[in-house]
Amino acid sequence: MIHSLFIINEAGDAFMEKHWKTVVSKSICDYFYEAQKKCVNPEDIPPVIATPHHYLINIYRNNLYFVAVLTNEIAPLFVIEFLHRIMDLFENYFGECTEKSVKDNYVIVYELLDEILDSGLPLITETNILKELIKPPNLLRKVAHFVTGDSTNTTLPSKQLSNIPWRPFDVFYRNNEAFFDIIEEIDAIIDQNGTIVMSEIQGYIDCCIKLSGMPDLTLNFVNPRLLDDISFHPCVRLRKWESEHVLSFIPPDGNFRLISYHIATQNTICMPIYVKHHIQYREGSSGRFELTVGPKQTMGKSLENVIIECTMPKSVLNCILTPSQGKSTFDPIKKILIWNIGTIETKTQNSAHLPTIRGNIILVTGQPIPESNPILNISFQINQLAISGIRVQRVDMNGEIYKPYKGVKYITTVKKGRFQIRT
Amino acid sequence: MNINERSLTTMSTLNAQGSRGTSNQSDEQTEPSTTLSIFALDYKKHEDLKQMLDSNKDNLKLEAMRRIIGMIAKGKDAADLFPAVVKNVVSKNMEIKKLVYVYLMRYAEEQQDLALLSIATFQRALKDPNQLIRASALRVLSSIRVPTIVTIMMLAIRDAVSDMSPYVRKTAANAIAKLYALDPELKDELVLIIAKLLADKTILVNGSAVQAFEHVCPERIDLIHQNYRRLCNLLVDIDEWGQVTILNMLTRYARSQFVDPNKIFEDEKKSFYEDETEQNINEDEDSLDKRTYVMDSDHRLLLRCTKPLLQSRNSAVVMAVAQLYYYVAPQSEIQIVAKSLLRLLRHHREIQTIILKSIVFIADKHKQIFEPYLKSFYVHSNDSSLVKRYKLEILTTLANASNISTILREFQTYVLSSDKDFAAHTIHAIGRCASTISDVTEACLNGLVALMSKKDETIVAESVVVIKKLLQINPSQYNEIIKHIVRMVDKVTVPIARASILWLIGEYSDRISKLAPDVLRKMAKSFIDEETIVKHQILNLAAKLYVVNAKQTHLLVQYVFNLAKYDTNYDTRDKARLLRALLIQTDKCPTLSKHAKKILLASKPAPILESIIRDHDQYTLGTLSFVIGQKAVGYKDLPDFPLEPPDPSVRNVEIVTPLPSQNVSSRKSSTTTRITSREKKKSVNDENFYSDEEEEEEEEEEEETSTEGPDTDNEEEEDEEDEKEKTTQNDNDTNEYEQLDAQSTNNIEPEEEEKDESSGSSEEEESEQEEEEDDDEESESDESADDEKLTPNQSSIVAKPSSTLTVSDYTIPATEKSLLEMDLEAFLGAPSTSTNVQVAPVKNNIFDDLHGLESLTSTSSNLVYTKQYDCLNRITGQGLQIQYRFPRTPFQQSPNMIHVELIFTNTTTNKDIHSIKFYKSKSNINIQGFNQIDLLPSGVSIVTSIGIDFNDKTQPASFDILYDDNLIPTSLTILCHVGELIEQKFLNDQQFNQNLGK
Repeated sequence: MIHSLFIINEAGDAFMEKHWKTVVSKSICDYFYEAQKKCVNPEDIPPVIATPHHYLINIYRNNLYFVAVLTNEIAPLFVIEFLHRIMDLFENYFGECTEKSVKDNYVIVYELLDEILDSGLPLITETNILKELIKPPNLLRKVAHFVTGDSTNTTLPSKQLSNIPWRPFDVFYRNNEAFFDIIEEIDAIIDQNGTIVMSEIQGYIDCCIKLSGMPDLTLNFVNPRLLDDISFHPCVRLRKWESEHVLSFIPPDGNFRLISYHIATQNTICMPIYVKHHIQYREGSSGRFELTVGPKQTMGKSLENVIIECTMPKSVLNCILTPSQGKSTFDPIKKILIWNIGTIETKTQNSAHLPTIRGNIILVTGQPIPESNPILNISFQINQLAISGIRVQRVDMNGEIYKPYKGVKYITTVKKGRFQIRT
Repeated sequence: MNINERSLTTMSTLNAQGSRGTSNQSDEQTEPSTTLSIFALDYKKHEDLKQMLDSNKDNLKLEAMRRIIGMIAKGKDAADLFPAVVKNVVSKNMEIKKLVYVYLMRYAEEQQDLALLSIATFQRALKDPNQLIRASALRVLSSIRVPTIVTIMMLAIRDAVSDMSPYVRKTAANAIAKLYALDPELKDELVLIIAKLLADKTILVNGSAVQAFEHVCPERIDLIHQNYRRLCNLLVDIDEWGQVTILNMLTRYARSQFVDPNKIFEDEKKSFYEDETEQNINEDEDSLDKRTYVMDSDHRLLLRCTKPLLQSRNSAVVMAVAQLYYYVAPQSEIQIVAKSLLRLLRHHREIQTIILKSIVFIADKHKQIFEPYLKSFYVHSNDSSLVKRYKLEILTTLANASNISTILREFQTYVLSSDKDFAAHTIHAIGRCASTISDVTEACLNGLVALMSKKDETIVAESVVVIKKLLQINPSQYNEIIKHIVRMVDKVTVPIARASILWLIGEYSDRISKLAPDVLRKMAKSFIDEETIVKHQILNLAAKLYVVNAKQTHLLVQYVFNLAKYDTNYDTRDKARLLRALLIQTDKCPTLSKHAKKILLASKPAPILESIIRDHDQYTLGTLSFVIGQKAVGYKDLPDFPLEPPDPSVRNVEIVTPLPSQNVSSRKSSTTTRITSREKKKSVNDENFYSDEEEEEEEEEEEETSTEGPDTDNEEEEDEEDEKEKTTQNDNDTNEYEQLDAQSTNNIEPEEEEKDESSGSSEEEESEQEEEEDDDEESESDESADDEKLTPNQSSIVAKPSSTLTVSDYTIPATEKSLLEMDLEAFLGAPSTSTNVQVAPVKNNIFDDLHGLESLTSTSSNLVYTKQYDCLNRITGQGLQIQYRFPRTPFQQSPNMIHVELIFTNTTTNKDIHSIKFYKSKSNINIQGFNQIDLLPSGVSIVTSIGIDFNDKTQPASFDILYDDNLIPTSLTILCHVGELIEQKFLNDQQFNQNLGK
């Protein structure tokens, strides 16, 4: 199965390697570098690369490449999913997964890699069990080491593994809390006339559960039929959902993603934002650029962190723009224009106060006028609103006697580059 | 001593810097070791580590081990430390031990003799009471790859397979594959062990056992038969990685054990969209070789059990299910995978790429399943280049007469994309659409011609190439376009485009007879600077013109041929030689030369515009080979369906008495095995005090996970608290998180009503939907078919147990209290609450009753009517005792309510009780009270009926009762058992089997 793993940084240095079977020489990475060289964008590297004797499967995330070496037929998604799971695990352990954090914690990294794969076959991948076996680094222990000068960790792993794989059996909190973040991402393409070409909603329920003991939670929606296609955390009882449309589960401890759902194109959603644009290139190395952004159907909530990003054609030399709100920058090398608008209040409905940016584009002299207008990428966030209208009705807890604090938060947002306006 | 001191000082600085400093420090120190010039330092450096390892302080050893691991992690050689490290395998410190294990796994293979020193320690650890230590010892022992210890490994595995801890058994299953890799001759013995592991009852082990099976003996399909049904039923609960392995194995199994569900449809294409009629399809056909197709119940079981996995968060699982459906399911059912695959498009870029590639493959064969989701494949400008290409490919595949206009409009924007490669691919895609959908050919051609006037070269070139191909399909109509293209020959510089234009001129020179020789003249001038591909076309052009118009072009052609004769490329030289012989030196091969015109100007078949990326359809969907387009090591094709189904009875777990229906027999066997296994379990527990703790806890917790039955106490309290909160909390607008309870306050009253309404109406919707898309969700329709005959507000709960019952056949491992068992238990009334009935016989009775239900032989009166529950005991009731029971007959006053009988008994010796009446319901549950009882003499029992609307919940109903005009101090509580919410329903054998078949 997974034979070896190399962790490679952006500079192309394989700074960590782990072999579960016979050692594979680092030179295998050359095939990867070769593929990397062919691509301008790191995203374009094909995820599976075949070499004469091995197969390389790589993922790119957080500016790191994880390259797995295989020798046999195996479902590639199995490996990709697993590599991402390793990345998630590191993020969980170290707060972030970067070259620095991996290097700093190389002993833990190595122990983890040893525990999750047994000669290339997945062994334990549940974070909760792993945390019982291998303690994550924390400040307290570092301080203790510093004071006592003793760096050995004498605690034996507990004898008993929890029987619910995702939950340790001895959780205790003084304040019992359960938070549910309902996050929805809009995925949309809007054409130059403002009509919606496609729109989808991808939603998640991310939980932060800090409850003692073995709580059994039930989450009811006001309108569960809205959810089109769902994937569940393994803790959710599928049959309960199928029969009653409630989420019933014994939660893992801490942060996790309970479900993710998808609401597809059939029912078009109302866009909370609109952009009026006027971009024109004129003969003689100049052009006009004007954008107006306004809120639309936001249920009285304001748009926050509104950012418009726009990659200009190569022949644009510079943009001299003045925004009525926020800040704009233009990177003349990458040709990226970023307009950071900030918050747009819904009250400013009359168009005079809407955030506007206008100014001139300077083209490189002698170059032909660009044939097409650039695409605008918009990102924003709306708090206390789930754009699909999904609402949680109630959350009940069984199995424990205390009274927890329960809270639900709704956020509508946009994943980078998934909300595009063609101009 | 000197060195030791130094290491100590290092240590103190290390400690001072914390663990982060450690790695840096070791970095600096190991760095020079790679260069030979400071070999002395290198030597000293390792000496330093050795000293630390030899010391008797654990923290020194640990520090040394950490640094060594750091070296390994960077890929630096630490082999010479082996003797010093291996000694520490006996260390009592877990942390050190773990790191030594890591080291051993890395280097043992290289230093086998020294590694043997550690074996004794592992053998000792294998007997450790701590399961984690046993497991890790086995893991290391099997991972050190030293051939001399094969026998020790074998023994260890054999022991571990019967270990009490499932975790150790899982490790043992993993070790099998490793041992097999080390010594393939042990296969026979290992197969026996695998057979044992496959029968393991713990979900933790199943995945690894199947993995070992796939590694060692994938051809021994006979080992699966006995476990097939259990694996199917447990699949949902197994860990994600195990699911993938098992799904792949089951796909293969299904292909070898069941007949092709689509086979008969091949003869009758028109009916394969109609779903229901599977069985009736061939009734009117009387040809002999066509049999009525009835899907094997096990085949159906597989499809049913894998369907929920489409909702897994793990993309590999979803893909494995999609693969299974693609290869095993009837065509009408494949479409359920579409939605789930689309969901995965939102995952990481790598996953997206592979899913899209798979969709390309599936869409090629089953267009219709992705057609509704066309828009999901629209390209975002920041998709990766591979993703863009796959999306384009899918859009092209899905294009048909009805959606082509939207797709073309979308393509128009792609052509303008700043990603020129992508734009070129789009043009190619437009060409494909134009060639397949004749309605739009004209429009596409015009669009492409317009593109030729763009400034960008790649776009122009691609358009020319595509137009050339389109023209070939129907050349006569497009004289103008041909002329237009010919004029462009000077402007276009991209070789492939130039070549295309030249070919066009040669082919249709009769229509541009004046232009053609002129073009040849220009080309002759620039011949030597052209690319090979262009040169070839110049030669072609020359030859064709010579045939048609020898007079004008004779000299030019000679000149071109001469140039080609001295070309550096041998292909060009060959081509020139051939053409020269054919046309000019006619005496060399007179027979051919006679036909030169026919040869050169033969009408060529129009090319089929094909996908650029669809080239490896021969590999199984979703495999590595499929993705890389070449056969990977260890790849095996899926077997074809057998023509005649192999004997299905091999999968029967235990053949008891031959009964008429197979389903009944398997059910029966399951009950017996279940009971015996439970007994067995008990005895094990009694004997073996060791396992007691672990296993019992396990059971308890698993019970908790799957508890579905009444969980009364807490809920009641919750409710009360909820009510309290209603008064206190009103608005939390300021808070980021909405407090849920506060919210529920506002809704709680109207909600109840709404819910009733909505459940009714939504059901109607559902049934409407079903009529439309029947084949979509089989099981659901199955359930709601049941529902319709039931009272509306019971439906949702009823649906569930009925579906579980159909699934519930076979062995249920005693260690696993699965959901289904809990349901049954609730159905029977939990044993703890039953007052006067012995548990075991009741169970048997009820199972018999279940059989009765199926076969329509017994009636409701057989059901446990005798079971009574205490509601008010005589001490708190001061002589009045109230019991209740569920008569399981419909409640007359309201169909929504459950009929409950209350038995009032006056247990006092001489006091009469007067005027017992229903006061009010305390919970939110509707209760229809009973008529007042005026007099209850001592020693007499009176039975009354009440109706309770549990509203499909298992929350207990509580209410107050007055007697002698006093309130009874405690309110009465009636527990609701899930089973009591279900209305009985009788199915005869045939109906039952039909439902099962769905």
